[in-house]
Amino acid sequence: MTSSSSPVWQHRTRKQTLLRWLGWFWLVALTVFCWQLMNENTIWAFVSDAPAQAADIGSRMFPPAWSYVGELWQPLWDTINIATLGTLLGIMIAVPVAFLAASNTTPSVRFVRPLALLIIVASRSINALIWALLLVAIIGPGLLAGIIAIGLRSIGFVAKLLYEAIEEIDVTQVEAVRATGASGAQVIDYAIVPQILPAFWGISVFRWDINIRESTILGLVGAGGLGIQLNASLATLAWNQVATIFLLILGTVVISEWVSARVRQAVL
Amino acid sequence: MMDHQSTVRSTWKRPPLLFTNTLWRRLIYTGALIYLVLAVQTVEVDWQRVYLGLERGWRFIEGFLVPDFTTRWRDIHEGLIESLTITLTSTVAGILISVPIGIGAARNLAPAPVYLACRGIITLSRSFQEIIIAILLVAMFGFGPFAGFLTLAFATIGFLSKLLAEEIESCDRNQIEAIRATGASWWQVVNYSVQPQVMPRLVGLSLYRLDINFRESAVIGIVGAGGIGATLNTAIDRYEYDSAGAILILIIAIVLVVEYSSSYIRRWVQ
Repeated sequence: MTSSSSPVWQHRTRKQTLLRWLGWFWLVALTVFCWQLMNENTIWAFVSDAPAQAADIGSRMFPPAWSYVGELWQPLWDTINIATLGTLLGIMIAVPVAFLAASNTTPSVRFVRPLALLIIVASRSINALIWALLLVAIIGPGLLAGIIAIGLRSIGFVAKLLYEAIEEIDVTQVEAVRATGASGAQVIDYAIVPQILPAFWGISVFRWDINIRESTILGLVGAGGLGIQLNASLATLAWNQVATIFLLILGTVVISEWVSARVRQAVL
Repeated sequence: MMDHQSTVRSTWKRPPLLFTNTLWRRLIYTGALIYLVLAVQTVEVDWQRVYLGLERGWRFIEGFLVPDFTTRWRDIHEGLIESLTITLTSTVAGILISVPIGIGAARNLAPAPVYLACRGIITLSRSFQEIIIAILLVAMFGFGPFAGFLTLAFATIGFLSKLLAEEIESCDRNQIEAIRATGASWWQVVNYSVQPQVMPRLVGLSLYRLDINFRESAVIGIVGAGGIGATLNTAIDRYEYDSAGAILILIIAIVLVVEYSSSYIRRWVQ
């Protein structure tokens, strides 16, 4: 064995190692700084009290108020409708935005594409709850505000994933259809749509699944659904009703996840 | 050849895009239509209220176009700093906890009981909205950024551990076996064969989660868990749409900055 005479195996050069350590050092320092800044106003007495509080809330929640379920079916139906109609609204806006954002279908890479990307980013940066907060202030409380909020929030997600799918299509099929003398709309219809359709269904169902989860809380700001009941139960400190609502949400989320997984399995 | 004539049709008919079985297609389409009619009927629209709201909507758009950063700058500044600090600390803490849980939830590295326990934690963390977690934690820990920090750290675990576990499970097995063949212990296998394979993805996911945590930190303030959301909520409650517009613009700008810098860091790391 001549391993003692061969050079020591090294992953990186000295400079790289040093830079790496410096980077880690900065990250740790920044985190510690932020931690202290954040906790300047934290009242640690409350924090140390938390286990007792948790036990208290847990004991109040424990026998969930099963009789309360009767009042929850209507809000649950509303929640599902908010998620479904909101997803539909989002898709209807997202599809044209995706075609305008994809570099191979956009009419103008310089002007239209950045605009479409801006729509996507704006929609993605603002949470559905914030959209709902604004919409409740504008059009009043109710299902409509929730549907529009979910729709606006979904645009960015659907459009972003869809335009990435459009950019990844097989161009030879597009050229083949174009060679038959097809118009622009026909190229989209016969060469692009069939290629992105599985991705489209996968994305839409995935977003619907996320939206079910999001729409359960929109009622906290007055936008309809289970959240209204949740808010009312929280306000009256009826923790056993809160527990019932949580269990119902959990069940709905699990079912919607199962449905979405099955549909994605079928189309992809 | 009689058959030949009948099988080749002169006009091509496009196959249906979905559900090749005609019966199922008709059933599903009818069902969807019925649902749509029922669902739309549950939406009650108070047009008078909408009409009144239009003016407010217009004021909001005006506020968005001519944002007012100065009047509420102190509140906005405080809220933003709080949001940013919550974001960083919760992401770091979340990553530190999710790495062991992610390894534990990878079927090729962990024994069955550990695997099930870790998967349980992941499912629990993923089933509930951040807001719901925040409500509970605010009730336990009191108002303020600490509850927000815990909420986002908890949500980070579900997201990061799940994706990390999937990444580890799809690792190249040859490399793991090669290291194992040298007589390496379990720790050495993780350190020398799994870690180099998943590290770029872990960095990418962490940065993505940082981005998500910032967006969420703008919301959990609505239920009292600290951050810019509280400021935004107050601004909208007081109908100060120009301040609200300013806050939203700042959120979008920061998200943009985080997105661009994270794609830059990801390229640098890989």
